[in-house]
Amino acid sequence: MNHESVQNNSAYILDVTNLGIDFGGLQALDDFNIQVKDREIVGLIGPNGAGKTTIFNLLTSVYQPSRGNIQVTGRSTKGKTPHEVSQFGIARTFQNIRLFKNISVIDNVKIALHNGMKYSMLSAILRLPSYWREEKAATKLALELLAVFNMQDLADQPAGSLPYGAQRRLEIVRALATNPKVLLLDEPAAGMNPSETAELMSTIRDIRDQFNMAIVLIEHDMSLVMGICERILVLNYGLIIAQGTPEEIKNSPVVIEAYLGQQRGE
Amino acid sequence: MKKEGLLNKTWFRYILNAACILLLFGLISILVSSGVVNRYQAMILIPVGYNIILATSLNLATGFLGQLPLGHAGFMSVGGYASALFSMAVDWPAAIEFPVALLIGGLVAAVFGMIIGLPALRLKGDYLAIITLGFGEIIRVIILNLKFTGGAFGLRGIENHTTLTSTFVWVVISLFVIFALIKSRHGRAIIAIRENEIATESVGISTTYYKMVAFSVSAFFAGIAGGLCAHYLTLLNAGDFGFMRSVEILVMVVLGGMGSIIGSVVAAIVLTLLPELLRGFSEYRLIIYSLLLVIMMIFRPSGLFGRYDFSLSNSLLKIKGKITNSSRKKGATHHES
Repeated sequence: MNHESVQNNSAYILDVTNLGIDFGGLQALDDFNIQVKDREIVGLIGPNGAGKTTIFNLLTSVYQPSRGNIQVTGRSTKGKTPHEVSQFGIARTFQNIRLFKNISVIDNVKIALHNGMKYSMLSAILRLPSYWREEKAATKLALELLAVFNMQDLADQPAGSLPYGAQRRLEIVRALATNPKVLLLDEPAAGMNPSETAELMSTIRDIRDQFNMAIVLIEHDMSLVMGICERILVLNYGLIIAQGTPEEIKNSPVVIEAYLGQQRGE
Repeated sequence: MKKEGLLNKTWFRYILNAACILLLFGLISILVSSGVVNRYQAMILIPVGYNIILATSLNLATGFLGQLPLGHAGFMSVGGYASALFSMAVDWPAAIEFPVALLIGGLVAAVFGMIIGLPALRLKGDYLAIITLGFGEIIRVIILNLKFTGGAFGLRGIENHTTLTSTFVWVVISLFVIFALIKSRHGRAIIAIRENEIATESVGISTTYYKMVAFSVSAFFAGIAGGLCAHYLTLLNAGDFGFMRSVEILVMVVLGGMGSIIGSVVAAIVLTLLPELLRGFSEYRLIIYSLLLVIMMIFRPSGLFGRYDFSLSNSLLKIKGKITNSSRKKGATHHES
């Protein structure tokens, strides 16, 4: 089947078909398919180097795929730049945190509110009423978003001075500020302790309910993945080796083999 | 003293700052007209002024955007020649002719900024530095070989329009525009690029567009400064806008602190006045000048002000807080990072 030219307005928020990418001679990802419905939480797991982050980079146009088709809210991302794809309604966090470290927490969020504001450069330089009005509204909204993680008191701190867990949470807030329909979380619980992870789990659910968005997450912490994902895809060497409910994945021999290796029958 | 809440009101801060600017201008005028500052010293204040514009505009591309262009003198010369040629060609009253000439200089420089920026900003770091350096040299050589720019003889007979007042006004305008740009969604996008380009793209901001914006605004004000310079010196020589001039401006930015507007202002003042003050030491002055820079970079590698930016109202609030908190005397010094 060739989905290359399909431009249907599918019911899915995220519709990926036959996606693949090669780095030189290495096939990093092949024949990857995923359909994500509104308000769904999907987990993406797999051993290191399986191609999970590569998928996020493809979905956000950081890489251009070698094969296949990606549709975000019904629009093809082919040939689009990352910032254009972001405006389609997809937002992400990064495995290795990429905050704007030297500027304040609130400005980190306000940078992501950039496209929510409309005033021109001239209104900014002349300090016209539209500047004051929109800046005030953006500050208020940024504080509200920070409040999702109880971070409103940290608003004036430089983002780089926050503890590791708080930096991860700030990345999620920043992603939320772009008002996405799909949120991609790359190892949101990395470096968090069990109680922080448990808290993050309930917050992720809250975010889905409060902001009505689909969430795709990569995570190694199985308690989190099994706890909140409605559907899980398992990846190994760039191929989907299993998918299903958490219960099915837990008991899948293929998955156990990918993680632990084959049992040697001597 | 002012009331507690007043300093936190935005409109009051603006009025306070405007009042201080007027006060400073009044002070300078009185010092000049009363003869405390002699004619020679007053004339030095004009280069101080356009160097402030040059340093702050370069800071926009260096400290805020986080790139390292080395062709600022190139934009300055383009602006200088464009505005000088315009003012020589038309014969309008100076009050109209001069501002228009400066704006034309700025716009031409901005257009050059875009032309250079388009290919150059795809590169980063040292590559960008080298390509902009090359551009600066190309401009210099082209001007040197064109007929209408006066070639190697230089452009002579430019009307002397630049006064202390007009310089002061343009410094204030440049500082305010750059400040207002930085403290807006557009400026935040520019700073975000410095902090992390991939993350900036990921939140829906076109990094290419904002690089171009920062680069051309930076070039625009370099062009304005070039125009002020041209109508002050009344002759332009392509040789004055070589690589060393670009480096001089960069030194001001680095010394003042990348990403600090007040830093650029202070460094531009100090580094323009210093060679003049050191004239007494004749041949040693370049050594002293260089030594100062070396010492500075050893003890304060982030520049005088780092990324700190001065705010009159915040400083007043801080001083007030210190007075009320500790019962000590008002030896209030700022401890900024």
